[in-house]
Amino acid sequence: MRAQPVLYSLAVLFALAVPLLGIYPVFMMQLLCFAMFACAYNLLLGFGRMLSFGHAAFFGFAAYATGWLVSAHGWGPGFAILAGVAAAALLGLVIGALAIRRQGIYFAMITLALAQLVYFVCLEAPFTGGENGLQGIPRGTLFWLLPLHSDVVMYYVVLATFVAVFALIRRVVHSPFGQVLKAIRDNEPRAISLGYEINRYKLLAFVLSATLAGLAGSLKALVFGFVTLADVQQSTSGDVVLMTLLGGTGTFFGPVLGAGIVVTLQQYLSDVVGGWVTAIIGATFVACVLAFRRGIVGELTLLASRARRTLRPARG
Amino acid sequence: MKLRMVILATAAALAAASGGRALAADEVVIGDIDDMSGVYADVMGAAGVEVVRWAVADFGGTVLGKKITVLSADHQNKPDIGAAKFREWADQSGLNMLLGGSNTGVNIAMAKVAAAKKVPLFNIGPGGASLTNEDCTAYSVHYTYDTVALANGTATAIVNAGGKSWFYLTADYAFGTQLQAAASKVVEGHGGKNLGAVRVPLGAADFSSFLLQAQASGAQVLGLANAGTDFSNSLKAANEFGITKTMKPAALLAFITDINSLGLPAAQGLYLTTAWYWDLSPETRAFGKRFFAKFNREPTMDQAGAYSATLTYLKAVKAVGSTDPDKVMAELKKAKINDMFTKGGYIRADGAMIHDMYVMQVKTPKESKYPWDYYRLVKKMSGEEAFGPITGLCPLAPK
Amino acid sequence: MSDVFGIPVAVILGQLMLGLVNGSFYALLSLGLAVIFGLMGVVNFAHGAFYTLGAFAALLGLQLLGINYWVALVAAPLAVGLVGIVVERLLLRRLYRLDPLYGLLLTFGLALIAEGSLHQVFGATGESYPVPAALAGGVNLGFMFLPLYRAWVIAASVVVCFSTWFVIERTRLGATLRAATENASLLQAFGVNVPLLMSVTYGGGVALAALAGVLAAPVVLVNSHMGSSLVIVVFAVVVIGGMGSILGAIVSGLALGIIEGFTKVIYPEASNIVVFVIMALVLILRPAGLFGRE
Repeated sequence: MRAQPVLYSLAVLFALAVPLLGIYPVFMMQLLCFAMFACAYNLLLGFGRMLSFGHAAFFGFAAYATGWLVSAHGWGPGFAILAGVAAAALLGLVIGALAIRRQGIYFAMITLALAQLVYFVCLEAPFTGGENGLQGIPRGTLFWLLPLHSDVVMYYVVLATFVAVFALIRRVVHSPFGQVLKAIRDNEPRAISLGYEINRYKLLAFVLSATLAGLAGSLKALVFGFVTLADVQQSTSGDVVLMTLLGGTGTFFGPVLGAGIVVTLQQYLSDVVGGWVTAIIGATFVACVLAFRRGIVGELTLLASRARRTLRPARG
Repeated sequence: MKLRMVILATAAALAAASGGRALAADEVVIGDIDDMSGVYADVMGAAGVEVVRWAVADFGGTVLGKKITVLSADHQNKPDIGAAKFREWADQSGLNMLLGGSNTGVNIAMAKVAAAKKVPLFNIGPGGASLTNEDCTAYSVHYTYDTVALANGTATAIVNAGGKSWFYLTADYAFGTQLQAAASKVVEGHGGKNLGAVRVPLGAADFSSFLLQAQASGAQVLGLANAGTDFSNSLKAANEFGITKTMKPAALLAFITDINSLGLPAAQGLYLTTAWYWDLSPETRAFGKRFFAKFNREPTMDQAGAYSATLTYLKAVKAVGSTDPDKVMAELKKAKINDMFTKGGYIRADGAMIHDMYVMQVKTPKESKYPWDYYRLVKKMSGEEAFGPITGLCPLAPK
Repeated sequence: MSDVFGIPVAVILGQLMLGLVNGSFYALLSLGLAVIFGLMGVVNFAHGAFYTLGAFAALLGLQLLGINYWVALVAAPLAVGLVGIVVERLLLRRLYRLDPLYGLLLTFGLALIAEGSLHQVFGATGESYPVPAALAGGVNLGFMFLPLYRAWVIAASVVVCFSTWFVIERTRLGATLRAATENASLLQAFGVNVPLLMSVTYGGGVALAALAGVLAAPVVLVNSHMGSSLVIVVFAVVVIGGMGSILGAIVSGLALGIIEGFTKVIYPEASNIVVFVIMALVLILRPAGLFGRE
């Protein structure tokens, strides 16, 4: 794995050069926001083996909070993002505390149902603009210093945030906390018998994941200048599951790749296949579950390590 | 090893995605962004794209000696997808005009893009009156209908016919409450009474409980301030529970496709307002016949509107001899619109296209003589009466 | 006596009745989910899609083949049950040894495929299914006008629910089924064809969903979205009742229908969320559900 630092540098270089390459910055920002969302989600699914089916609740709720503070109360983008993230963390604490009372599939169904509750609240609450959503949210000036109106400036802010989140997640997973989380994932009874208060670890992981998902949502609200029900609805929760699963759960780069593929598909596939997008997304799910459960990155890693094993003796 | 492949793959995907079409100055590009796969797909949808192509072909396929190209995309009811697609076409495909399909939220998001990119936007499918009020732009035209016109049409006709006391079944979100507010105002303005409303969560599976509450109010008219499946299901239940025997149902937004899926036995007697109906004149019947031959159903007012809007835009381009957005918008706000969709329609300073609206009553199965013979004309309303005066909320159009 | 907490008794009785109708659908659907989960350990996310398929099967049967409602009531669940068996044999079966989460994800994907395809083929608006002539009209109960068809829905679903409960809890076949969940390999050793049992169970659970779909067809507009929002509510119902508990699914289904009905009178805006709020409360007070075992 000596190649890794080189490759990460290449990736960052590429990302830095995006505006020069003529790639559409708004599209890249959308991609990065969803990649951040998927990475946050992966922390829970990949490293904690908790399948949440309602993560859009945190993503969307934070987006609404940020959008509302900026457009209705004139907050600056920096504090509005922080407030949005705090809102997501709080919501994560409440939903997480309820959901971790059960495991596995129960956990999935509970998160799904509670997220539906959040969806209905967002649909009917007076400050969300109902089905029209919050529109025309200005990007403003970041901490009185950096005006965000230009797409290129905004892009670098999003990129920097994404890199920070990515690094943070790596750090968390390799920390003692992350190790305990993995131990719980692999064998819950053993972790209990070792004396870990597993519920505390699970809740912390849940809140962390919700918080970072909220950060992604808050950023997206500013990037596009609007928040709508699409950001909190169940299909968005399904999308993020698919991104993570497709790219590779429990890998670092998998969710990023998965987000890239799913966002690109949603944006461009419908031009080709029309209304069949939903069915195709469903088929991708089925294929992932049946044929490559490790996801693209996971399967590639496996192939690469197998190849190395078979090649090495030949090389002598 | 793995990462390199991954990055290369991502880069390739991105390059493919962003490449797009080269900016072409030798063509005029018209886009249509609509719900092609969701709940509104039948109202305009793929058939809407087809009628836009017809309009282009009927115009001759070229304008100012340039070929006319039609692009279409599915916004999947997600504003970010709609706005992003619009931006991308404006930046990379040389888009000259966009038709916005159903979903007010998506259209508001696209209106912001229209203002930023200076691309004329014809809002065909959305109902939200905010598009010509607080969300208006210098490049927006709200073409087919809005909540104010719908409420004015239906409520005025019913109150004048003696339906003085109203109770509303309101979809509990901005669209529903706007419709209810607009209708209530009209009812009171004409000497009627609003006896109350029950706010029904969007997409409720069962309406019977709410309907019993409406019945208990003793009102004469049941105002349905909802749309789509909610509208159909609530009317269906009203029939089943015998509520339509004591109360007169009024649809504040119904498309002919809704009436068709409900069937006349369930929908008969219903009052509704529409901007267009296929069986109004030889011209509309000709368009209906052409549409029916291709899609085996009659067009909705949105589909007729999309056809008309495309022609209107192309005529304006031809008149000013340029696709310059400011010149075209100036011409659009000057010219009268005369085609199979409207006679003497015009675009007001706030972007609302003012045209006649038709208050209809759904026929009984006995009255209906041939397929899709669904409506009886109750009243033709002038555009001024239907759309009401300029409110002053749009900065472009002071009161 | 005519008012309770300011609400007329007639209204309360009316809502009780309507709540029972909706509760019947919840009960039928959550029963199918509970059967599949209890006996197979699979959370069937595609349950809503099978419900929709049931309604479409009835509609298409009527339009294309002229099959009437009473025949469809049997034929549509059978046909959809067969589809379920095929799904179990070809797809679900591969996942039994894995984490149950994969079963959930697979059926989620299947639901998207079914709904997306139905939408593409039949459009978004949906179509009406006529109420069968024998059940047209209604009776005046004094406090409300009850359409006969709704009364029939309550009767039919209560009968189906309790017969299913009886079969599983009180008969030899049921005992075998329950044994298969406890120890499949032992049962296999006794010469019972366990894989066949699994197929039949899944097919049966799915057929219950389809039956609910046929029952719902004359009441709501038949369209591709009719099951997708319902399934989330039904999930909550099953969590409240206690996953896998047959009786819990039936009782909580009916009870939640009634509670939802009252919410519609007292505070209609909350009627969409009341089930989820109750679920949260149950999770706090009794994490295993009202009828569940830890």
